[in-house]
Amino acid sequence: MRRVVVTGLGLVTPLGADVETSWNNIIAAKSGAGPITRFDASNQKCRIACEVKPADHEYGFDASKRVDHKIQRQVDPFIVYGIDAAGQAIEDAGLTEMSEEERLRAGCSIGAGIGGLPGIESESIVLHEKGPGRVSPHFVHGRLINLISGQVSIKYGLMGPNHAVVTACSTGAHSIGDAARMIALDDADVMLAGGAEGAICPLGIAGFAQARALSTAFNDTPEKASRPYDKDRDGFVMGEGAGVVVLEEYEHAKARGAKIYAEVIGYGLSGDAYHVTAPHPEGSGAFRSMQMAVKKSGLDLSDIDYINAHGTSTPLGDELELGAVRRLFGNNIANLSMSSTKSAIGHLLGGAGAVESIFCILALRDQIVPPTLNLDNPSEGCAGVDLVPHTAKKRQVRAVLNNSFGFGGTNASLVMKAV
Amino acid sequence: MSETADRVKKIVVEHLGVEADKVTEDASFIDDLGADSLDIVELVMAFEEEFGVEIPDDAAEKITTVKDAITYIDEHKG
Repeated sequence: MRRVVVTGLGLVTPLGADVETSWNNIIAAKSGAGPITRFDASNQKCRIACEVKPADHEYGFDASKRVDHKIQRQVDPFIVYGIDAAGQAIEDAGLTEMSEEERLRAGCSIGAGIGGLPGIESESIVLHEKGPGRVSPHFVHGRLINLISGQVSIKYGLMGPNHAVVTACSTGAHSIGDAARMIALDDADVMLAGGAEGAICPLGIAGFAQARALSTAFNDTPEKASRPYDKDRDGFVMGEGAGVVVLEEYEHAKARGAKIYAEVIGYGLSGDAYHVTAPHPEGSGAFRSMQMAVKKSGLDLSDIDYINAHGTSTPLGDELELGAVRRLFGNNIANLSMSSTKSAIGHLLGGAGAVESIFCILALRDQIVPPTLNLDNPSEGCAGVDLVPHTAKKRQVRAVLNNSFGFGGTNASLVMKAV
Repeated sequence: MSETADRVKKIVVEHLGVEADKVTEDASFIDDLGADSLDIVELVMAFEEEFGVEIPDDAAEKITTVKDAITYIDEHKG
């Protein structure tokens, strides 16, 4: 099988509109949470979120940097975030000027979990109040999940595989894993891979709150709400943004002297076959997903120094994941660090697995692991595991594992290491 | 410049994201202002909203320049 490496990174997060700003703020233990500003949330059970900040904010996002004004008007926020993150990644990789021959072998696999919910919501109101003749002609293609891959392929002329994963909160990790396989199987030499989400709208917040998935006890102290593994955790905080990486066949990257961040060496997938929203009570899907990824990587369990956990801050999920990690890693668990960056940027849903994979890659690069914020009183099941409470930690990081689990009982794990 | 022309041009600038000075009366939506067929559908909807006119599909198909839009609206607005 052909080897697959990461040669470009792009991030839009609640803590920054680029990779370095987001990462520096993560390492500095900042929180991206705050009261919802996008709409009047005063009648919602959950009134907080980790929003991408407006352009005039210290680390705000300026959509006009990489997305045409016309496209911004026509599409939902998740597509705007995705186009920008993909642009950052392809610029970082130095691949904006590929020949036609190269572009025939370059593709996109950028998905989302929910897609254009804000636009579906607002256009439904237009339909109801003004009738079908006022529904935007851009309604459909401005909301469809595969339209990040579509837009990005048009912008950069990428004529290889054009794919978009939809596996709820596992989307970002599956996108990278699937795209890596396309390169390994010789379908492409270069893939832009990742995920995005922008579902902070009345229907999105109400829907997740009604499913009892969101934090509702910290509306007055939003920065304290996302607290994975802590005894007082009560649900996730919704985030938004995008993460996209450039995946490239190793010899292709080496031949052009590309900067290589990491190699994708293991990918695992599994299904819980248990419940639509609740994780399997023994964490069996999580266990099998991680087990497959580590086995494929050819590494020993003792080689993995850092796990970026799914860790959403829900009462059930966090400890089940930790239990699965404990069973898989056995005694090796004492030597690794595991944290949840969702404590800082919230849960980016379909973007989470890609954004968190980028944090894993940066942990490899900088030999530092990001903290789990608000971990004041760890749950009983957390004893003996370094969950990196409160502050980032300098340590050896040889290989990393990223976990993402989604509604429907879908699980994905990625293992990466430096080249 | 007529009041209709001003309002039409404002809508075109906003919807197509083009510089105001490019929106001359002779400008073709597709050839000069980068619109595609769906953008024109959207523009026609915006004109209908702004001026309270109905622009049926067969009439909309004949609106290809800024001037065509202004003329149609001036002839049909109440």
